[in-house]
Amino acid sequence: MAAAHAEHIEHHGPPVPHYSSRVTPGVLGMFLFIASEIMLFGSFFTAYFFVRVVNGTPWPTPPYHLPVYVAFINTCILVTSSFSMHWGLQSIKRGNVWGLRAGLLLTFLMGLSFLITQAIEYSRIGFNTSNGAFATIFFCLTGLHGVHVFVGLSILGFMTIRAFRGHFSADEHHGVEIGGIYWHFVDVMWIVVYLTVYIL
Amino acid sequence: MRNPLRSEDEAFRFLIASVVAALVIAGAAYVNTWLGVAAAVLAVAGILWWLKQEPVPGAADVQPKIASETPPGVHRVLVVANETVGGAALLSTLEQLAQAKTELLVIAPALASPVRHWTSDVDGARADAERRLEASVARLEASGLEVRGEIGDEDPLVAIEDALRTFGADAIVISTHPEGRSNWLKQNVVDRARERFALPVTHVVVDIAAEPNQPV
Repeated sequence: MAAAHAEHIEHHGPPVPHYSSRVTPGVLGMFLFIASEIMLFGSFFTAYFFVRVVNGTPWPTPPYHLPVYVAFINTCILVTSSFSMHWGLQSIKRGNVWGLRAGLLLTFLMGLSFLITQAIEYSRIGFNTSNGAFATIFFCLTGLHGVHVFVGLSILGFMTIRAFRGHFSADEHHGVEIGGIYWHFVDVMWIVVYLTVYIL
Repeated sequence: MRNPLRSEDEAFRFLIASVVAALVIAGAAYVNTWLGVAAAVLAVAGILWWLKQEPVPGAADVQPKIASETPPGVHRVLVVANETVGGAALLSTLEQLAQAKTELLVIAPALASPVRHWTSDVDGARADAERRLEASVARLEASGLEVRGEIGDEDPLVAIEDALRTFGADAIVISTHPEGRSNWLKQNVVDRARERFALPVTHVVVDIAAEPNQPV
C-alpha cells in the first residue's frame, strides 16, 4: 500500500493512456484503414454496378474482349506472392534472416511482374478510357488496384532494403508484419476485382 | 466479429479463404453468370459467418480488476448516475457515506439513442446530462459536501474507468431506476462493475416517479 502511494505521488504528467474502446491504437488504425479502403473500392464498385446492372451495359461491350487468361496468370502470380510474403515472415519469426530476405525479394519481383503484365495488358487491350462506360470502369477498377500494388511494392522495397541491412530479427519484425497485412489485403482486393471485372 | 487483418497470419488465412471462395465462384460462373453471382453472395455470407464464429484473441481472457488509490487522509467516492442523479435516495446515501474530508465526483453519462450515438449527434444528450448534473451538484454542495461533476462516456463502465484514471476513489456508487425501468440493470451494469473494479460498489435505487419535485 505504501509502495502504491509512493508510486502515486511520484507519477508526473498526464495519466496513463487509457483505451476506452478496448482496442489498441495499432489495431484501431488498421480498422480505420480497412474501413477507408473498403469505402474507396466500394465507390468504384458502385459505379461498376450502375454501369453494368442498372444501365445494362454489355460486359465487355462488343467488339472488345477482356484478356481473361492473362489476368488469370497475373492473379496466380499475385496470390503466389502472398505465399512468399507469408514464408518470409514465418522465417524471420524463427530467426531465419535469409528466409526473410528471399521471401521479400520474391514477393517484390512477383508484384513487379504483376504490374508490368498489367501495363502490357493495358497497351494491347485495344480500347481506352474514352471508349464508353465499360472501358472507363474497367480502367478505373483495375487502375485503382494497380495503384495499391504500386504502394505495396514501395513498402516491400523499403522492407527488402531494411531486411538486407539486418534491421529485422525474431523479436523485432513489426515493419514486416504490417507490410504483410497490407500486401495480403491488396491480394484479396485483386481477387474481388478479377472476379467482378473478368469472370462474372 | 474477428478482424481478419489483425495480424499477418490472419490476413494470410483470410486470403486462402478468399482464394477458395473465388474458385467456387469462378466454377459457378463458368456454368452460368447468375449462378456465379449467387455463389458470390453465398461465399461472402459464408466468410462473414466464419469470421463471426472465430474466437477474438484475448476476448475470453479474464481481465484483471482495475484498482484505484487515493492520497493519504482523503476519502473519495465516485458516483455514477444519470436520470436519477438528483434523487433523494442517492443524496441520502451519499450523505451517509461522507466522512470528514470526503470528495465526491459525480459522473453523469450522456445517454443518446443508437442513431444519435453513431452520427455523433450527442450535443442534446450532453446538455440534458449537464443540466441534471448541475442541479444535483448544487444540492450536494448545499448539504456541505465537497463535490464536482463531469459528463462521462455513455457506457457507465467506461465512464467509471475513465474517471478512475484521474480521480482515485475509495468507493463507487451506482444509482439506477428501479428494476424493470432501468436499462443499466438490464445490462447488468452493477454486477459487471463489481467484477471489473477492485473497489466496493454500492447500488442505490432511485424511484424518480415517487419524487415528483426532483429536478430531472
